[in-house]
Amino acid sequence: MSYRKAYLAAPLAALLPVQAAAQGIDETINTIFADYTGWYVSLIFADLPGTNFSWIALWLVVAALVFTFYFGAIQLRGFTHSIALVKGDYSDPDDAGEVSHFQALATALSGTVGLGNIAGVAVAVGIGGPGATFWMIVAGLFGMATKFTECTLGVKYRNEYPDGRVSGGPMYYMTKGFSERGLPGGKIFAILFCIFTILGALGGGNMFQANQAHAQLSGVLGEYPGWITGLLLAGVTFIVIVGGIKSIAQVTEKVVPFMGIFYVIVSVIILLMNFDMIGWAFGQIFMGAFTGLGVLGGFTGALIQGFRRAAFSNEAGIGSAAIAHSAVRTKEPVTEGYVALLEPFIDTVVICTMTALVIVITGVLNIDPETGLYVWNSEAGRISTEGEVAGVELTSAAYARAFSWFPAMLAIAVVLFAFSTMISWSYYGLKAWTYLLGEGAAKETTFKVIFCLFIIIGASANLGPVIDFSDAMLFSMAVVNVIALYFLMPIVKRELESYVSRLRSGEIKRFKS
Amino acid sequence: MSSEVFVVAYEGAQDDPGVLGYAMQRAAVEGATLLLVHVLEWSPYSFLTPEELEERHGRRAKEIERARSDVTGPALDKVKAAGIEAECVIRYGNVVELVVEEAGKAGAGMIFVGRSGSQSVAARVFGSVPMGLAQISPVPLVIVP
Repeated sequence: MSYRKAYLAAPLAALLPVQAAAQGIDETINTIFADYTGWYVSLIFADLPGTNFSWIALWLVVAALVFTFYFGAIQLRGFTHSIALVKGDYSDPDDAGEVSHFQALATALSGTVGLGNIAGVAVAVGIGGPGATFWMIVAGLFGMATKFTECTLGVKYRNEYPDGRVSGGPMYYMTKGFSERGLPGGKIFAILFCIFTILGALGGGNMFQANQAHAQLSGVLGEYPGWITGLLLAGVTFIVIVGGIKSIAQVTEKVVPFMGIFYVIVSVIILLMNFDMIGWAFGQIFMGAFTGLGVLGGFTGALIQGFRRAAFSNEAGIGSAAIAHSAVRTKEPVTEGYVALLEPFIDTVVICTMTALVIVITGVLNIDPETGLYVWNSEAGRISTEGEVAGVELTSAAYARAFSWFPAMLAIAVVLFAFSTMISWSYYGLKAWTYLLGEGAAKETTFKVIFCLFIIIGASANLGPVIDFSDAMLFSMAVVNVIALYFLMPIVKRELESYVSRLRSGEIKRFKS
Repeated sequence: MSSEVFVVAYEGAQDDPGVLGYAMQRAAVEGATLLLVHVLEWSPYSFLTPEELEERHGRRAKEIERARSDVTGPALDKVKAAGIEAECVIRYGNVVELVVEEAGKAGAGMIFVGRSGSQSVAARVFGSVPMGLAQISPVPLVIVP
């Protein structure tokens, strides 16, 4: 431990007498957690018979492909129009002061850009090898069509209340859309979706964030019990979501985008510093995508990890983004679909690829000099790394090779990203909760208190059970949401065709040239 | 509006009687109509929390209502009571750009603005409203101390 670490860890030393007991609590939580959730995780990630390809990965891949073909590769032909919409070229000046396309996109992004891009990518590359990056990019590109579909529906079927509030999301398009098409079961889908959203909010939107924030903080400050981080994060979150101190959330919401931009700039600098190795890194990514380069499971190992982490990072098909995007002020729901398709592009294709390239280029993954293949650590179930670190610590180690100060900066970024994602997911979870139980101060406070308690559990548990449970809950949301999207995609097509024809005829005006 | 139009970049009670009083004097002499432009600062590129997104539409309606009842309403009453024809516009966005835009739309012959007197670092670095108007106003600009 350096002097700096020792100095920073000094206040924690006072807690040493309780540390042993605390670690006991951590282990107990872990055991209970793994015991109670293990069966469900196994069910969600079960392999297809006779293969080692999980059915849920195939589920999302097929959905993304279906939406891509059904909407005629909207992510390619609509990309420039998406940019124009975000720039406000088609925004009516009379609507100024309302939620703009940019604001809806930025808020949705602050709920998705974060640990998935930093820790998730490291997990994918650590287990699936550099090749996982290729499949992550592919999943991101196809996932753009999924996001387009769900966010168009989110706006089309949102609820607008007399007091001006707007609420939308899959639960609304499931009930209203199914009813419009004369299909039964919309309400059941909505209820199931809400249950999974609540659990997803507590899992991926909460425990995973708290867990990785603790991992990063303990990497910088020295080891200390996870519940301390959990308690601190839970306390601040409690002040914001229960105490109504919105200024903290507002500050976070403004700082996080700049942290994201800073992260990308640092990544670009590292890549430029290693300019001569970029070609080699892309070679590793392409070769690894089809051969595995020594990774257990080879091609499918890389593919599954790539798809899993991409879905976890950009949330395409999960349905959460439809909640955030639904507040935009537009007369054309499909415009928000266009804007939302940029989300997986920014999140996965740009930011995740940056992280992956830095991890590969900086050489923190151990390569056997004789075979040129990655060294597999069968005990840990991943590629052997420098210091045998994984998750966010691997990303931190990679960036530290270029800039020794980066781990401290990353620790701050991770905590802020984690906090921002928690705030977003506490909102998504609350929307699902109130949809099921109705609105009311007592009901809302109950959810918020539960949410804060899960932060402590998440920070105390080990990486494995937390990641598995988080993924299982998010993918459960995707199961219900994607089925609903299949039923409702003809409505989106109708909206799209009408919009495109009016755009071509000049009926839809461009306000800025 | 058939007579000449003077635009007043009206921020609120602090412009009263200063800029508003002077604009009224000039309008009375010239027989001009006053157009009060009140701008609520807003950027479509700012960052909001999910809760703020949900409430934005309702808040905007309340903000406009409050601006109308507390800011432009009393000013308009005062101008009309002095026998000067007047209208007002409430807009969201960048003050300088929107005042110039409204002046262009109304075919205004002159813009009146109060000197903000701001000594803040932000005003020095990014410029104040009078400075901005002085740079891009297409018609004569009167900065009232």
